[in-house]
Amino acid sequence: MSKSNITRRGALKTGAVAGAGLALPTIFTASSAAAFTNEPTGGTVTLGFNVPQTGPYADEGLDELRAQELAVQHLNGEGDGGMLNTFSSKALDGTGILGKKVQFVTGDTQTKSDAARASAKSMIEKDGAIMINGGSSSGVAVAVQGLCQDAGVMFMAGLTHSNDTTGKDRKRNGFRHFFNAYMSGAALAPVLAKAYGSERRAYHLTADYTWGWTQQESIAAATEAMGWETVNNVLTPLASTDFSSYIAPVLNSGADVLVLNHYGGNMINSLTQAVQFGLRDKMVNGKQFEIVVPLYSELMAEGAGENVQGVFGSMNWNWQLTDEGTKAFVKSFGEKYGRPPSNSAHTCYVQTLLYADAVARAGSFNPCAVVEALEGFEFDGLGNGPTLYRADDHQCFKDVLVMKGKENPANQFDILEVVEVTPRAQVEYAPDHPMFGGAEASLGECNSGA
Amino acid sequence: MDAVILQILNGLDKGSAYALIALGLTLIFGTLGVVNFAHGALFMIGAFCAVTLQKIFTLSFQVVDETQKDFLGNPLKVDMPYVEAWFGESFGGGLIEWSVPLAILFSIPVMLFVGYAMERGLIKHFYKRPHADQILVTFGLAIVLQEIIKANFGANPIQTPAPDMFRGSADIGMLLGFDANTIIYPYWRMIYFAFAAIVIGAVFAFLQFTTFGMVVRAGMADRETVGLLGINIDKRFTIMFGIAAAVAGMAGVMYAPINSPNYHMGMDFLVLSFVVVVVGGMGSLPGAVAAGFLLGILESFASNSTFKGYIVDFLYLNGTFTEKLIQGLDQIIIYLVAIIILLTRPRGLMGRKGVMED
Repeated sequence: MSKSNITRRGALKTGAVAGAGLALPTIFTASSAAAFTNEPTGGTVTLGFNVPQTGPYADEGLDELRAQELAVQHLNGEGDGGMLNTFSSKALDGTGILGKKVQFVTGDTQTKSDAARASAKSMIEKDGAIMINGGSSSGVAVAVQGLCQDAGVMFMAGLTHSNDTTGKDRKRNGFRHFFNAYMSGAALAPVLAKAYGSERRAYHLTADYTWGWTQQESIAAATEAMGWETVNNVLTPLASTDFSSYIAPVLNSGADVLVLNHYGGNMINSLTQAVQFGLRDKMVNGKQFEIVVPLYSELMAEGAGENVQGVFGSMNWNWQLTDEGTKAFVKSFGEKYGRPPSNSAHTCYVQTLLYADAVARAGSFNPCAVVEALEGFEFDGLGNGPTLYRADDHQCFKDVLVMKGKENPANQFDILEVVEVTPRAQVEYAPDHPMFGGAEASLGECNSGA
Repeated sequence: MDAVILQILNGLDKGSAYALIALGLTLIFGTLGVVNFAHGALFMIGAFCAVTLQKIFTLSFQVVDETQKDFLGNPLKVDMPYVEAWFGESFGGGLIEWSVPLAILFSIPVMLFVGYAMERGLIKHFYKRPHADQILVTFGLAIVLQEIIKANFGANPIQTPAPDMFRGSADIGMLLGFDANTIIYPYWRMIYFAFAAIVIGAVFAFLQFTTFGMVVRAGMADRETVGLLGINIDKRFTIMFGIAAAVAGMAGVMYAPINSPNYHMGMDFLVLSFVVVVVGGMGSLPGAVAAGFLLGILESFASNSTFKGYIVDFLYLNGTFTEKLIQGLDQIIIYLVAIIILLTRPRGLMGRKGVMED
């Protein structure tokens, strides 16, 4: 009598393994016949906007979404065209991208890396998104950039300020228009030294995640180069809301400057509480105590109210600039939404146009062709003056704004003022800079998903 | 020494919030036997009562100011609050400035109603269900409430400042004979502590010295017997739920100037408040209050890098992995203390045998 070795359990196991094995290569490759992931075949092309629609950065996300929607309208020839009229490249003509009408899908990052990856994955696999844009956190940006690289689609980062995004975690398929922590430090330090003197003792409170660490490292190095001393650096949990027990020790530390490496709700709370504890009324070492917020945003400044008055920080862009590109964008955005755009909205809008332009110049949606078109691309007319997308690390180099909370704001739009436009040369660094992963940092190979 | 006093003060205001929330949680658990995960949301709704009243007082109409331009270069539309137009700048402006203290009066009926509606509308259907079901439904309710708040008020914290006369801080160090600027403490935090002490005292007095309180206490000890005596204990427990909600709500209103309210603030406090209840002893009101203050102060000390530095130096741990763990002590201290207390006193600090046990 022959005895079969096939058991029910064995068959199930084999079936499961075989099924998983068959399914695996199809992940990210919706059509195996296509030359690259999500190659648009009909009359439309789909972009994926992955922004925080819930969670602590939801207000930033909402503003990004407004700008992305506006960008799509302008690409499709609707509205007044915004920055397409001032952009130095004239490859886009308002007929979509390469003649295909642009449509978009949105995802909610929830400001959580896993949720952001899940929503990006869904937009790539289910909706056929060929490019992912957005994000309001460096943790999210680094995670989604890695996913896009593996999936073979383009990642045009939104608001992400950590050095790591185009530093040790840089990827060939990822590009960042927003400035970074190093640039904030390089732009701010000379202004701080000029305003507060070169003999200062700084105490840092730092959000305990990738952005906070690189922000603190950058601003500490830049201010120390100006003669400042870093007295202490205390890491605070990202979920903190009450910073009083972190602020109280500052009083007796001998420090005369408090640097808040915080963003969003963290910054609103820590700054408000520092002011409540009377830090800004104090005299230490014979000097007036000062507070610095290295990374500003309009929405944060609005939230912190009068506490931002006189506080220095830096920004990627501000609607008060007077160049033609800025004027065109503020007009389009302001007329549509009744409010000036934030700098996170600006970067998402510009990134969407830059992607579309690169596709048009390359004559192809193939990510590798788009990467090639963006690497080393020099442009102007998008609000930041002459700008370079550096090929070595996919970081944009442009002027940086040093901002200050206005002492006597006249109205609700008058919260921050531009103190200095720091020239691009002052914030440049070598691609193998130690803060950016050193010599080991590499973009890797382009992935088209083919 | 000055740093020690400062951290104790810091712990007291956070401890006050923990104690007020834990007090309400214990009341609800003690009376109704329900584990209410929506209690943090009540604290949050309280804080948003302050935001709402501020918004009501600042409801404005627009006046075109030809002398100023908006961001598009058009004449600026300036917001003019109705209360200032109706009652004059001084009284109207005063209403806006005092919106947080006034919000306490506003919050009491609102929170009593919210508590009543929550208990009668949803939670009473879960009395006879397992605790796991109660946790799920109240946790779900908390998420729904915070999403409603977010949809209406946005995700960013909203500034709700205290009246001008309570802004700023007192140099307590000078009063105690230390150097100037060594112990500085904001006025509003001191008020918060005093307020918490009064509310806690009032709740205890209510339970201790009124007939209503006596019946509730009897019901907490033996619900069935009290019911057999012909007393409608359910009705009284519903009122207690409303009172617990009002306590959480007032705690939230007064906390608004300390920490700008955002939709998530209830969740931030909820988990810690549960730890407070467990550490204090399930069903023990004095335990909840004592544990609230204890954990608030311990958390405050654990956040201080100087103290952590002393521990590291004292134990010769410089450069070791344990040093890194100690640097992150502030994030785990409450749970660490909870583990130690529950290992040594399984019923918590003031839990009694037979209470909340089958």
